[in-house]
Amino acid sequence: MKNSDLLHETYSALSANKARSGLTMLGIIIGIASVIAMTAIGQGAQNSVSASIQSIGANLVMIMPGATRSFGGPSGGRGGAQSLTVADADAIASQVSNVAGVVREVSSRAQVVATGTNTNTSIVGTEASYLSVRNVAIDEGSFITSQNVTSGEKVAVLGPTARDDLFGVGATGVVGQTIRISGAEYTVIGITVDKGGSGFSNADDIIYIPYTTAQRYLSGNKYLSEIDAQATSSDASTQVQNDITDLLLSRHNISDPTKADFNVLNEASIIATASSVTGTFTTLLAAVAGISLVVGGIGIMNMMLTTVTERTREIGLRKAIGAKRKDINKQFLSEAVALTFIGGVIGVILGWLISFGVSYLGILQASVSVSSIILAFCVSAGIGIIFGYYPARRAAQLNPIDALRYE
Amino acid sequence: MIEVKDIKKTYKTGDVEFEALSGVSFTIKDGEFVAIMGPSGSGKSTLMHILGALDKPSSGTYFLDGKDVSILTDDELADIRKDKIGFVFQSFNLLPRTTVLRNVMLPLVYDGIEQKERENRAKKALLLAGLDEGHFLNLSNQLSGGQIQRVAIARALVNNPSLILADEPTGNLDSKTSEIVLATFQKLNKELGRTIILITHEQDIAEHADRILFIKDGLLEERATHIKKIASQIIKHI
Repeated sequence: MKNSDLLHETYSALSANKARSGLTMLGIIIGIASVIAMTAIGQGAQNSVSASIQSIGANLVMIMPGATRSFGGPSGGRGGAQSLTVADADAIASQVSNVAGVVREVSSRAQVVATGTNTNTSIVGTEASYLSVRNVAIDEGSFITSQNVTSGEKVAVLGPTARDDLFGVGATGVVGQTIRISGAEYTVIGITVDKGGSGFSNADDIIYIPYTTAQRYLSGNKYLSEIDAQATSSDASTQVQNDITDLLLSRHNISDPTKADFNVLNEASIIATASSVTGTFTTLLAAVAGISLVVGGIGIMNMMLTTVTERTREIGLRKAIGAKRKDINKQFLSEAVALTFIGGVIGVILGWLISFGVSYLGILQASVSVSSIILAFCVSAGIGIIFGYYPARRAAQLNPIDALRYE
Repeated sequence: MIEVKDIKKTYKTGDVEFEALSGVSFTIKDGEFVAIMGPSGSGKSTLMHILGALDKPSSGTYFLDGKDVSILTDDELADIRKDKIGFVFQSFNLLPRTTVLRNVMLPLVYDGIEQKERENRAKKALLLAGLDEGHFLNLSNQLSGGQIQRVAIARALVNNPSLILADEPTGNLDSKTSEIVLATFQKLNKELGRTIILITHEQDIAEHADRILFIKDGLLEERATHIKKIASQIIKHI
């Protein structure tokens, strides 16, 4: 039997019962489409999580104080200890290799007042390098300069949300105005660009002041609440993390690393953790979609078994006029594979359309990967072979005499 | 040339053995038109299945064109059916919703013959079987019983078989169409020298053949002896 004959037989067999072929195919279409759409949405979620982590700065290594410890007393919680100093930051900048920049930070929350309105927001005492390390851009005016830091000037740079809260949404001419933070007067020297984000971790609801000013007027001590170091590349970030840990351990005279009074977090490892979480969800979604694909495959098997029974006499005749087992086997197997393959093609298109719709409606930037499409094709053809094998074998093994007599 | 020597066929269902053929021997020469006749349960269907290479005898030999068919494997039997045998069934067994031409071409599909050649041979066979060219592209379910059986005869002819096996070919036809179909067989035998075996349980159908093999209880009786028996029975009654 030639391949062209096989194609023709398959076509006429499937088109002889269009409604049944279509409904059976629908099972595969839904299965493949949901696998494609679910993995695309999962991938999109993963990308968006990585992107939002990366928006706090690329290749970042963050050093935070550890928990306060007093013998026998309660723990003050992570970040509560006063253990990081400006000298630590200087040492990191001068002694650790592959560090592109170091930022000193003193964070707190405070009540801020301007022209009669007031808000409670987070105040970050920092320095000029914050811009490049933490991926922040200036929209209007200028950022804190090293001059501001050295002389401990009372200047402030507002995040767009803080600006909106204090001066009204989209207010202009804010640079040069005066605000009061915890009672002291500060001159606004700049506004940062909108970073996006909302809720508790709004990166725009923030006010930057020089860290020296924050130490003097807000925290009242010489400690830092965070040091950020930027590694020169993502490959170097682990080395930078390890070197900083070693350096600070020796500077703080701690021999047991488990008793360190600081924590060093690597952004790359945070992304890896977040990716593994979203990856797990993607796998879960794909597995659920995969179940519908298996159900679709069972539908194929069901239809093929019915077809074989219906066409018993035809099989008998074909055998009587010289068809071998493998001819019959091929014929029915190719019907099953044709169903799943066409279903797979339509399913891929449908899945892609769903992903496109999700992206278009702005729910999530879903990304359809080529590998998931190739996988879907292979899986759908494989399902055709697996679920078509048994009915085809049954057809091929029919005894021609019994098959011809079949009523 | 068909040589059947002492063929036996036993079926076993559970513990019960049933002998459908109990040692049948005969020879059919090329170009003969032979009827195998017998009542139902006589073993004629079993004999037809063996002659048609659909089944194998339990013992004995069956030579078709000098080849022992009784010892072949399933796939080899399929090849014998494809190359040497043409079947005509009582219930026609055409593919539904398929054109007459494609139905007749079907045996050639399994022979791997080119499409153009297939069409030529199928058209030739259809004309030999006596079907008008106007019906070639009709669907098989648009034809009358007589036309359908002629399509089936054409399908049996198309692979140029050594043997045409017709199993009760007129069983589903009225007497007028039966005559036409039987005349077609006679024409194929006389004019084209085809070897034809006609299996039937009806005397008047069997009489269209040149020779009748009568089978009863799995054994062959010469036609002559059968007539003698009937004659003696008639005489008894008188």
